[in-house]
Amino acid sequence: MTASAVAPSTVSAAEPLLEVEGLTVRFGEREAVNGIDLSLVPGQTLAVVGESGSGKSVTALSIMGLIPSAGGTVAGGAMRFETAAGARTDLATLPEPRMRRIRGAEIAMIFQEPMTALNPVFTIGNQIAETILEHRGGSARAARAEALELLHKVRLPDAEAMLGRYPHQLSGGMRQRVVIAMALSCRPRLLIADEPTTALDVTVQAQIMSLLMEIQAETGAAIILITHDMGLVAETADDVVVLYEGRKVEEGPVEDIFARPQHVYTKMLLDAVPRLGQFADAALPSRRPVTILDGGTARQVGETKVQDTVKNGAPILEVRDLVARFDVAHDLIGRPTHRVHAVEGINLTLQPGETLALVGESGSGKSTVGKAIQQLVRPTEGDIDFEGRTYGGMTAPERRRLKRDVHSIFQDPLASLNPRRTVGDSIAEPIHIHGLLKGSAAIRDRVRDLMALVGLLPEHHDLHPHQFSGGQRQRLCIARALAAEARLIVADEAVSALDVSIQAQIVQLLMRLQAERSLSYLFISHDMAVVEEMAHRVAVMYLGQIVEIGPRQAVIGSPRHPYTQRLLAAVPLPDPAHRTVRSSDASEVPSAMRRVGDPPERLRLTEVAPGHFVADA
Amino acid sequence: MSDLLISAPPEAERVKGPGVLRQLMTKPTSAVAIVILTVLVCFALFAPWIAPFDPSQASAGPRLGAPEAAHIFGTDLHGRDVFSRVVWGARYSLPVGAATLLLGLFAGGALGLALGYIGGRFDAVGARVVDVLLGFPAIVMAILAVSVLGVGLVQVVIAVAIADIPKFARVIRGATIVAKQNLFVESASAMGASTARIIVLHVLPTILPTVILLGTLNLGGAILSTATLSFLGLGVQPPTPEWGTMLSDGREYIRYAPWMMIAPGLALFLAIISVNLIGDRVSEIIDPRSQGRL
Repeated sequence: MTASAVAPSTVSAAEPLLEVEGLTVRFGEREAVNGIDLSLVPGQTLAVVGESGSGKSVTALSIMGLIPSAGGTVAGGAMRFETAAGARTDLATLPEPRMRRIRGAEIAMIFQEPMTALNPVFTIGNQIAETILEHRGGSARAARAEALELLHKVRLPDAEAMLGRYPHQLSGGMRQRVVIAMALSCRPRLLIADEPTTALDVTVQAQIMSLLMEIQAETGAAIILITHDMGLVAETADDVVVLYEGRKVEEGPVEDIFARPQHVYTKMLLDAVPRLGQFADAALPSRRPVTILDGGTARQVGETKVQDTVKNGAPILEVRDLVARFDVAHDLIGRPTHRVHAVEGINLTLQPGETLALVGESGSGKSTVGKAIQQLVRPTEGDIDFEGRTYGGMTAPERRRLKRDVHSIFQDPLASLNPRRTVGDSIAEPIHIHGLLKGSAAIRDRVRDLMALVGLLPEHHDLHPHQFSGGQRQRLCIARALAAEARLIVADEAVSALDVSIQAQIVQLLMRLQAERSLSYLFISHDMAVVEEMAHRVAVMYLGQIVEIGPRQAVIGSPRHPYTQRLLAAVPLPDPAHRTVRSSDASEVPSAMRRVGDPPERLRLTEVAPGHFVADA
Repeated sequence: MSDLLISAPPEAERVKGPGVLRQLMTKPTSAVAIVILTVLVCFALFAPWIAPFDPSQASAGPRLGAPEAAHIFGTDLHGRDVFSRVVWGARYSLPVGAATLLLGLFAGGALGLALGYIGGRFDAVGARVVDVLLGFPAIVMAILAVSVLGVGLVQVVIAVAIADIPKFARVIRGATIVAKQNLFVESASAMGASTARIIVLHVLPTILPTVILLGTLNLGGAILSTATLSFLGLGVQPPTPEWGTMLSDGREYIRYAPWMMIAPGLALFLAIISVNLIGDRVSEIIDPRSQGRL
């Protein structure tokens, strides 16, 4: 593959809308992007993939002309863009006043976090109308009418009412629809979507992506989709550009990239992607080797081994009829009027050496269950037993001791490590708290051993968390859990924020440690594909209740409850040959907030197969 | 353990930072600030040797005399040398300001930390009380405190410190609430760490920059408040040279003899800004995230 090869293949050979040639961007001394070429024609969807730091977002910012305001410089290359007027302009050298006319009007961008892209103090209608007036002028009334039309176009229910709402009154998916409406307001010829669905639930992600595809079909706009999700790429892109460390390592039609990846990095990336259904016929999860890049050459590490770690007998954890409600609104004399029913009658057991996955979308109450087990949330009703002892009946010292046995790993490892302490101090924290070892030399040795155990260099114990990468930080958090000699680890979205290749490594690390130390995991996640990789059993939560629970094979292989089926169907498959047609309807998960005295109906679970329980519809 | 993936952290430069003072001197702003503060402290320590005149000696020069070679900052209403008074004034203003501030910051900080950390009903009631107290002008509170404690320099220091408590408590409470929401605080609590451990190791270091900023910003206010009480005749008594008192004395003559205010005002300004700059830099230095990008 030569560097100058032009990609389009699946789309007609029209005149390119945008041609990027040799784009080089510097931030100070560091080259964030080094000689990237890409090209796309109207109506084409080009996916730019790569892990964090690969330069994919920087490429997007360059096309938007936003590199100077981000503190960098476009050091070389050309970005020829065909404007609506038919002129070809080089965006790399365009002065800011002229760029401002193109940005937003001809090239629009959709950001990852819709809340921060919207101004919280203006109504939705005002914000959309503002964009229209800014770029196209006209009367305020006409702009407002058009705003309404745009909200219809992004299929927001109840669009008239929506015009008068503020961003915080909308759900994440609705906000992203508003952001898309704003991006569409000037009929852009090019849409840049930077991780447009990463912050959204998987069913909402499916809706938003199909909306984008429908809009593309209607308007003929070209889309640059920047993402790390290979499933999304397989489902939506025409062509793919793979970036690695600021360089383009591979490009081509999506089918070719998935079927015959050439570059070693692309192979590794695809190898690391968990594929839902790939273990569908196995009763137990199994460890598998992961490919890592070591100085430009691929290397397989790890082993293939069935994760046969579950010890039957007395459970390590038993959750009985757990209820957690939070008062959210009060009347004049302070009586609660509304409550969030975060958890409503959950029953679970967990065996030593077992991984139980708790899946569900935001607001399903899965994190609250984890927090109750961690004693961070006091249950409203129900009880939890750890090794046969009930939380409610424990003395204060016993509860403290329990905090050693049950340990958490959170989604954001950087936030869960104190930035002002060395990583060695952080790992040693449970040792100090529970007085597990005496003497600073003994503690230091232990910390070094633990760092080696999770795959970090022991001599880095006196560095600070910000000096590590995301995956390394998560290893630090795992080392801290091992320092406590925890037996149950509550992993709340512990791998969700990591790049796929890193995610695969962390999953394998967790599984290896489970086999070595007979750890039990409560693995809270929204990602069905990861869950399938490591869970022995799966529980699906919806609005605070379990709708389906059972062995992995049963729940993922033959889901019975409609919600489980919907959840599984929404997971994009990393295989361009099997694209599913999805609806872009805007159905929303109802709120878990209810009036006092109006509790939700408890679901009854029926055993449909041994160990497989499904809620009655 | 074949799946070990040992790789160096991306930013593995491990320069053991030089001492705080050394780092303060590497940046021009904080280096200048240190020099200025040192000069002011020297004024305070060696006033008898630096000041050319006795600060209380009337008719050392002409009345309201403009600056000249013998009196570089001019003379005041009684013909006292303003420069000598500024030099001697450092002896009163700097320690009084520092003592007031530290006392107020300590008491207000402890209260704010308790309110913010404990939260709940204690905070709901406590924060309201603090808000009500904030409604009174600090100077009124200070006068109230002096009327209980009596007149004198020590009493004024305590009075101003008490008057500042609500202000400090309020800010520290806010910072504590923010710090408490950090995931690492929750994670320490989930590990079973005691409240004392969480406060000392996790909350205090996190709010320290706020405390330093608050302290350095309020040093001037503390000096001015003690000066105001002195002006009202409740604190330092004339003819003691104290910057605040000198400012008050000079106010009536600002059109004829602006140097009476300029000199103590300049001293006060330099003291405040140098402490401020040093405080800023110290917050930066103690934050490990700033290491390696000096």
